[in-house]
Amino acid sequence: MPGLSGGRMSLISAQNLSVRFNGEDVLSGISMAIEPGEIVTILGPNGSGKSTLLRALLGILPLSSGAVARAPGLRLGYVPQKLSVDRSMPMTVRRFLSLPKRVGDAEATAALARVGLPGLETRQMAALSGGQFQRVLLARALLSAPQLLILDEPTQGLDQPGEAAFYRLIEEVRRETGAAVLMVSHDLHVVMAASDRVICLNGHICCQGSPRVVSNAPEYRALFGLGTQGALALYQHQHDHSHDHDHGHGHDDTHPHSHDHNGRTHA
Amino acid sequence: MLDDFLIRAALAGVGLALATGPLGSFVIWRRMAYFGDATSHAAILGVALALALHVPIAAGTLIVALAMAATVSTLAAKGWAMDTTLGVLAHAALAFGLVAISYVPGVRSDLSAYLFGDILAVSRLDLAFIWGGAALVLVLLVWRWQALLTSTLNEDLAFASGLNPNRERLVLTLALALVVAVALKIVGALLIAAMLIIPAAAARGLARTPEAMAIYATAFGALASFAGLRLSLWQDTPAGPSIVTAAAVIFALVAVFGRVLRR
Repeated sequence: MPGLSGGRMSLISAQNLSVRFNGEDVLSGISMAIEPGEIVTILGPNGSGKSTLLRALLGILPLSSGAVARAPGLRLGYVPQKLSVDRSMPMTVRRFLSLPKRVGDAEATAALARVGLPGLETRQMAALSGGQFQRVLLARALLSAPQLLILDEPTQGLDQPGEAAFYRLIEEVRRETGAAVLMVSHDLHVVMAASDRVICLNGHICCQGSPRVVSNAPEYRALFGLGTQGALALYQHQHDHSHDHDHGHGHDDTHPHSHDHNGRTHA
Repeated sequence: MLDDFLIRAALAGVGLALATGPLGSFVIWRRMAYFGDATSHAAILGVALALALHVPIAAGTLIVALAMAATVSTLAAKGWAMDTTLGVLAHAALAFGLVAISYVPGVRSDLSAYLFGDILAVSRLDLAFIWGGAALVLVLLVWRWQALLTSTLNEDLAFASGLNPNRERLVLTLALALVVAVALKIVGALLIAAMLIIPAAAARGLARTPEAMAIYATAFGALASFAGLRLSLWQDTPAGPSIVTAAAVIFALVAVFGRVLRR
């Protein structure tokens, strides 16, 4: 049951959670749990309530019903979807890392080095590139030594190499610190490669499980259509066989046709 | 020493700058300029009510400014279009105040002191009120500083850190109403918002951290008060506009030479 696994408490769990905006259910009947050390990705089309779910779990949004339970004393690191440091506010990277809890210089230096931005302390936040900005946000989240990292579409606005590098960094952080990761994404490639578990969302939980199980679920296919077959095929190919074909992204387009031939058009 | 009206005036200016420096920085960061206008223009209505009801002016302005700030915050939370709402409220408050004050006998001659301030006529009691109010604002802002900065950057980030951005917004609203009551005597209701914005805007050109910006803004505010005071004394110009003129000159100088200074 959610909330308990092997006698231990989940880091965070939702029981029958619903959120309502203007009398309309945005999320309904969500039950889920995050266990220590796992990487879970919430996947869903635009407007499916992905960010809403994260914000409800964080306690930012009021629930219309249900409950969220946290492990006692849970340390959370959060990387929001959009954070723009207005040019009207002068803010160095070093100062930003000390919000809201002040940290020592040594800690700040180590956190910046960890995310691959050594020596960036004196730079203004407003002058950072998109990729640097996301890494600084991650560094700040890591400073609280989180047991659970929550990231809301952390790679929005990054190019593909930047995105891949960012997810590799997340994976490294998980390996080093043992922190669980809950993130929202709409990028299927990344999800399939980087997650232990996928929650497929569209106002409710359509299906959840390992990426492979989810990708074979009819609910998932209905939601994402045939256009995703490339990513799935790539994923399955890589993970079903032990021999290495060294697939690149260029193969994506050729794969869908080897699978579904039932005449449906691309979504 | 406090017998000298010039010293009292100078101390009043410094007291005001201590509060407007940091608060003005938040007004700029959170784009609350119009919010400051609405709150400070409401002070005129507060003056009218205080005179009519025979209560202290400071109490009247404080209560009406607080009511206005609370109204604006509530409407903002309900999703009203802020630009329009504040445009309506700021000017309506001023107009209502001016009309209301014309009903109070014997005040018409004093009106310009409430509109433009009268720093040269600051009494010992005024000074105590100004410094008491400014100290309260300063203590409030310093106490909540980290939480205020985090909430200003991103409310979700603040929530996730266990803070409550709504409470921090309330702190700023309260501080703003206090500053309005404090500043009325010095710069007058029409230009309180200018005193919040212009020194902080000048400070932005030189600062690299939020704290530095607040400190520079305080220094510029005090400097503008001194310079405006002198202008007002020598040329018999109205106090509020003289101080704001000085602040604007500082802003222009920093805008032109700030780049050179930072090198």
